[in-house]
Amino acid sequence: MFFLKLVVRNALRARLRTALTVLGLVIALAAFGLLQTVVQAWYAGADAASPTRLVSRNSISLVFPLPIYYRDKIRAIDGVRGVATSNWFGGVWRDERSFFAQFAVDSPQFFAMYPEFIFEPGQWADFLRDRRGAAVGRQLADLYGFKVGDRLPIRGTIYPGNHEFTVRAIYEGRDEATITRQMYFHYDYLNEYLKARFPRGANNVGVFVVDVTDPARVADVARTIDAEFANSLAETLTETEKAFQLSFVAMVETIVRVISSVSYIVILIILAVAANTMAMTARERLAEYATLKALGFGPSFVARLILAESLVIAVTGGAIAIALTPPVAAGFFDAVGRTVFARFEVEPSTYLLQAAAALALGLLAALVPMVRSARLKIVDGLRHVG
Amino acid sequence: MKLPLVYVARNLWVRRLTTALTAGGMALVVFVFAAVLMLEAGLRQTLVATGSADNVLAIRKGAATEVQSGIAREQAALIESLPQVARDADGRARVSKEVVVLNSLPKRSDDGSASATRSNVPIRGVPPMGLALRPQLKLVQGRMFRPGSSEIVVGASVARQFAGVELGQSLSFAQRQWQVVGVFDAGRTAFDSEIWGDAEQLSQAFRRFGYSSVIAQLDSPDAFEALLAAVETDPRLTVEIKRERQFYEDQSRALSNFLRFLGLTLSVIFSLGAVIGAAITMYAAVATRTGEIGTLRALGFARRSILAAFLLESLLLALSGGLVGLVAASFLQAITISTTNFQSFSELAFSFALTPGIVVNSVAFALAMGLIGGFLPAVKASRMKIVDALRAD
Repeated sequence: MFFLKLVVRNALRARLRTALTVLGLVIALAAFGLLQTVVQAWYAGADAASPTRLVSRNSISLVFPLPIYYRDKIRAIDGVRGVATSNWFGGVWRDERSFFAQFAVDSPQFFAMYPEFIFEPGQWADFLRDRRGAAVGRQLADLYGFKVGDRLPIRGTIYPGNHEFTVRAIYEGRDEATITRQMYFHYDYLNEYLKARFPRGANNVGVFVVDVTDPARVADVARTIDAEFANSLAETLTETEKAFQLSFVAMVETIVRVISSVSYIVILIILAVAANTMAMTARERLAEYATLKALGFGPSFVARLILAESLVIAVTGGAIAIALTPPVAAGFFDAVGRTVFARFEVEPSTYLLQAAAALALGLLAALVPMVRSARLKIVDGLRHVG
Repeated sequence: MKLPLVYVARNLWVRRLTTALTAGGMALVVFVFAAVLMLEAGLRQTLVATGSADNVLAIRKGAATEVQSGIAREQAALIESLPQVARDADGRARVSKEVVVLNSLPKRSDDGSASATRSNVPIRGVPPMGLALRPQLKLVQGRMFRPGSSEIVVGASVARQFAGVELGQSLSFAQRQWQVVGVFDAGRTAFDSEIWGDAEQLSQAFRRFGYSSVIAQLDSPDAFEALLAAVETDPRLTVEIKRERQFYEDQSRALSNFLRFLGLTLSVIFSLGAVIGAAITMYAAVATRTGEIGTLRALGFARRSILAAFLLESLLLALSGGLVGLVAASFLQAITISTTNFQSFSELAFSFALTPGIVVNSVAFALAMGLIGGFLPAVKASRMKIVDALRAD
């Protein structure tokens, strides 16, 4: 008890310095938590993927379509419960900055495979009835203030021309992990449009989403699908929905890796600051440490005193940073993150990393002063002038 | 009367550990600041260098990239016949009608085998004129593809980053085997991240009837306005004409804005830590030298001189940190980064580039950190009363 009191008193002696160090620790550890959350948010789409869904795309690349008649062939394969088409539209609403994803899907089949999207029955019926109807996710609707009945003019970049859709339904996510930041409309509308304007582009789709009866047979079914279309004009590449989503993350992996490594640099920066604080503190108190030793306290007592003070400062900073991380993350998400990320949740592992980093900082910052003061000769210490 | 610079520098030297730790924190901040800006500069340099000043590029109206675009053969012929287009000695228009598609290839793992990660590589079909329009393209291995054959040449970055594209190997796509017969170096441009083959062969294999883009050389550099007017008034042409350089600069915009935003946000947050470090150090410097400050004042040094001396000490501290960070960042120039450009949806390799602007900005950033961190302690030092300060020890 006496020991702890001494440590706290010591820490509060240079109040301004301790306060500044704690402030630095709070900023650095909160920034570290935020960056870790940014890195994890890239993977949110892959985390939301179902283990029983497969995605078949053209083996050359996503830019090439697959013929629509593959749908019936895939449906006939053993182990397949359902097939739906999904087609990236890539249109621009308002301007390039207000980006959101639009997909042309074959409506009833597609949503039957995505039970995580929950429709209000009336809106669902309206959406199915209107060929130019659009279903907008709750996150997207909140982002741009879309309401049922709104008209959405969208300019095609891949499919030239202006397209006007009407919001007929706003679907909700089943749980927190569901991403509802995209718009769906009817593939039939797109196909009719292409038949009239660009007949050669019609009857093609971007990808097939395949629902498999048994998760254990996923790899098996994927191989069968690819074998079915081997050596044809449009060969397929079938992978799990998770692998498909991860392939997008892999494309920008370099940047994610840069952000991840930079998040450790902020720890190094604050380590330099904390180590400096402890070094200065210890240097100023050399005479005191010598006195303590002269009174009979062993070298380890002085070392423990320094370590404990460093840990008290680091843990205080860490605790405040951990408490601040959720509101900071929420603020960041509201300010800039909403247009980039669908989901932005601080993972429990991030708090653990922050706590570990705070402890490591406390330990490392105290290292050099501990060794120095333990080696200190009483005479030199007493002679020392701060 | 001013305090000599040696006095300021000596003070930093006396407390070496503290100086090193504080400057080290600032060096890390400047390193991050410079590194991200260098990445952005490298990306822009690569894409801007890809375009030639006297070339123009036509893509379909509304399309953002060559891959999304489609230009019918009749329209390409119309562009070819415009009077502003340059012609060679035989009277042929210096126009290249090209097909660009994306092919997803496995990336190369460290031992050279194919890894599970795939990324999109642009495959560009070019006619013989296309090569004449890009004199920067140099073969470093093998030979050029023969027109009318299923041969391809790969860019140097593709050869480095992807598996199965070595000289003599072949790629299998669109129901054909494409033999790699050469590796080219396009001098750090976006072409280095592409695979080139014969335009007609590739468009047949991919069953494309039109072209993706048409590149034309201008008769004279200032003929651009006239060409633009000719294209816009012709109702048969539904294309958008841009200078090639402008087109490639636009391709870099999204990624470049993202990198700049990321770099500045991170640097500002990180600098808070370093500024606090500088403030702690300078407050301690003021506290331990209280008696000294009193003596200096008693000797006749003005408050201004004391303020200047402490500010200078903080600036010197920051400058040394900033220079260390900048030197460390300059070594990054040897590294090439390869990532997907969001806009073109394809892999692009580029290097960190240190520009004079980045050097100036980094030094200014470091000095700003030193100024902010050292300001309050310096004010405190200059406000001390002589008697109190002398009594302190």
